[in-house]
Amino acid sequence: MNAPEVVIELQDVVKIYRLGREVTIPALQGVNLRIRRGEMVAIMGPSGSGKSTLMNIMGALDQPTSGAYYLEGQNVARLGDRELARIRNQHIGFVFQSFNLLPRLTALEQVELPLIYAGGHSRRERRRQAEHALAMVGLADRLHHRPNELSGGQQQRVAIARALVNRPSIILADEPTGNLDSRSGAEVMHIFQRLNRDHGITVVIVTHEPEIALHTRRIVRLQDGRIISDEPVPEPKIADPSRALYTR
Amino acid sequence: MPLGEAVRTALRSLAVNKLRSTLTMLGIIIGVAAVITLLAVGQGVEAYVRAQFESLGTNVLFILPGQLREGPVSVRERTPRPLTMGDMAALKDPIRAPSVLEVAAEVERFARISYRKRETRVQVRGVTLSYFRIRDWGVAEGRLFTPQEVAGQARVVVLGQLTRERLFREANPIGKTVRINNMPFKVIGIMTEKGGGSFGSEDLTAFIPISTAQSRLFRVRTYRGDYTVSLIFVQAVAEDKMDAAAQEVAEILRERHNIRYLDEDDFTIINQKDLITIFGDITRVLTIFLGAIAAISLVVGGIGIMNIMLVSVTERTREIGLRKALGATRQDILLQFLIEAVVLSLIGGMVGIGLGTMGALTVSRLAQGVNAVVTVEAVALATGFSAAVGLFFGIYPATRAARLHPIEALRYE
Ligand SMILES: Nc1ncnc2c1ncn2[C@@H]1O[C@H](COP(=O)(O)OP(=O)(O)OP(=O)(O)O)[C@@H](O)[C@H]1O
Ligand SMILES: [Mg+2]
Repeated sequence: MNAPEVVIELQDVVKIYRLGREVTIPALQGVNLRIRRGEMVAIMGPSGSGKSTLMNIMGALDQPTSGAYYLEGQNVARLGDRELARIRNQHIGFVFQSFNLLPRLTALEQVELPLIYAGGHSRRERRRQAEHALAMVGLADRLHHRPNELSGGQQQRVAIARALVNRPSIILADEPTGNLDSRSGAEVMHIFQRLNRDHGITVVIVTHEPEIALHTRRIVRLQDGRIISDEPVPEPKIADPSRALYTR
Repeated sequence: MPLGEAVRTALRSLAVNKLRSTLTMLGIIIGVAAVITLLAVGQGVEAYVRAQFESLGTNVLFILPGQLREGPVSVRERTPRPLTMGDMAALKDPIRAPSVLEVAAEVERFARISYRKRETRVQVRGVTLSYFRIRDWGVAEGRLFTPQEVAGQARVVVLGQLTRERLFREANPIGKTVRINNMPFKVIGIMTEKGGGSFGSEDLTAFIPISTAQSRLFRVRTYRGDYTVSLIFVQAVAEDKMDAAAQEVAEILRERHNIRYLDEDDFTIINQKDLITIFGDITRVLTIFLGAIAAISLVVGGIGIMNIMLVSVTERTREIGLRKALGATRQDILLQFLIEAVVLSLIGGMVGIGLGTMGALTVSRLAQGVNAVVTVEAVALATGFSAAVGLFFGIYPATRAARLHPIEALRYE
């Protein structure tokens, strides 16, 4: 990999939610953040500190009230619906706390969705790529299962396969292990570490759990919409999918 | 997203809620079925009416005594000067009426007709021989009267099919003697069946020579020593000569009836072509009117689709948010919901066309003589209309879906 290149750059990003006329909620109050290609970052902070808000802006799902956001050098605020959709489709893979799978689609069909919106793939090509992505998360034998036929950990892995099928440069995961038991959490973290290490994908994870954060290489702490600390992890832990993250 | 994928996606979501989708389609199904049936029946009735008028003969004018007055109900003048045999004869004048090919006269009354114990009431028509030529109508069995029988006021009768059935059942009537108002008549023939019956069944009739009817049976009054007739038929030489024939007939009759310049005619000429046009217009207006009412139910069906689509958009808010997060553009979402609406109404339209066709077939079977045919135009119209309804009523819900903000949609509970 050549010189570390900035993929995410936030400059004085402010996000203010308006509730009615008078009430405004400042969710982000001037955030400056740079993330380079190939980094693996954890974002931590108490509930309501603005973590999700920050993720949504980084994922081009929401626009900042003020400030600038450059994604791989492109000013996202300037983009229209089509370009935004293309960025979400091509550059970013989302993983949500609640999986967000469509109830009636099989695993294969869930993973094919981003390929369909990308366009330009034949049906066979789509299927091949979706199978490959599912194999990468260890679900080669669950192609035709629907969400209600899968465990929580398996559902989240389908969601990860869906996030990586278009080979994005960034994966954004908002509390991906929040709904999982510790063992499934280990599996998920193992996959993220592999994607980061072996495929050079930039991974940003929002988490409440220090144990999860210790599997990344950098921890950014938010409070009241501001970054209060930004430190590297001296010795990142290696997730072992065969073992729980921590013992009770 | 390619269109094929969009259609597949739409079909999948519709299949998820089969009952709801079916109920939603019901409005469109009923509307389209009604439109299809009504258009078919309307056209069938129009064709039927036309055939009925055409069965009166080709290029025929009917001349009645008196004036048909304008008004809600046309009433003939009270004591018009009657039409006579002399009038009829005068119309067959190659010099003054070159457009007239043939003339005929009829004297008709209802009368009792009996054979042994059986008796029925039929329309007895005293006619000239030319009557059968003008109407292009003849016997199925036996024969028509001869000129000698007409001249000699012979008591011979040709029965309509229905009269024959009522009096004779299966038996052979030729040569038998029937009584009309107690006067004996010899049956010499049976007319072919006309069918239908918009003017009272033409098969429940009995034909006798006009001379016999005038002088023996009905004691028709005379006018200055000339027998009167109920109706004169004039056949023009060609279809485009019908107006000319009417003009010639009017001139001759006005002169014979001594009508002064600017005075009104004391007779009425009805043009067969005009009758066909008028009744054609009436059925067409009725068809359009009923079709429009049926089309309203299509609109109601469209509103039903819009309602369900709005519910569906709300229910699937999270799905919409997720699709956007995965890279769906506004247009992709718009297309997905629009296609769902159009597919709903199109399938409803297809089912409606099927049901409407069955309705038309049923009407054809029940109403004798009316052939309700579902035309390609009607099918194309119904298909186009239902697609348009889906498109029109799908646009608003689809636009709402497309405009959803991805984050708000994803947070929606
Ligand atoms: N759509 C919204 N409308 C109004 N206020 C909002 C909206 N989204 C978030 N907020 C507010 O913005 C602040 C930050 O919210 P955010 O969801 O980013 O917090 P978070 O750090 O992700 O919290 P959690 O750990 O509980 O998920 C909170 O005070 C929240 O109430
Ligand atoms: Mg959050």
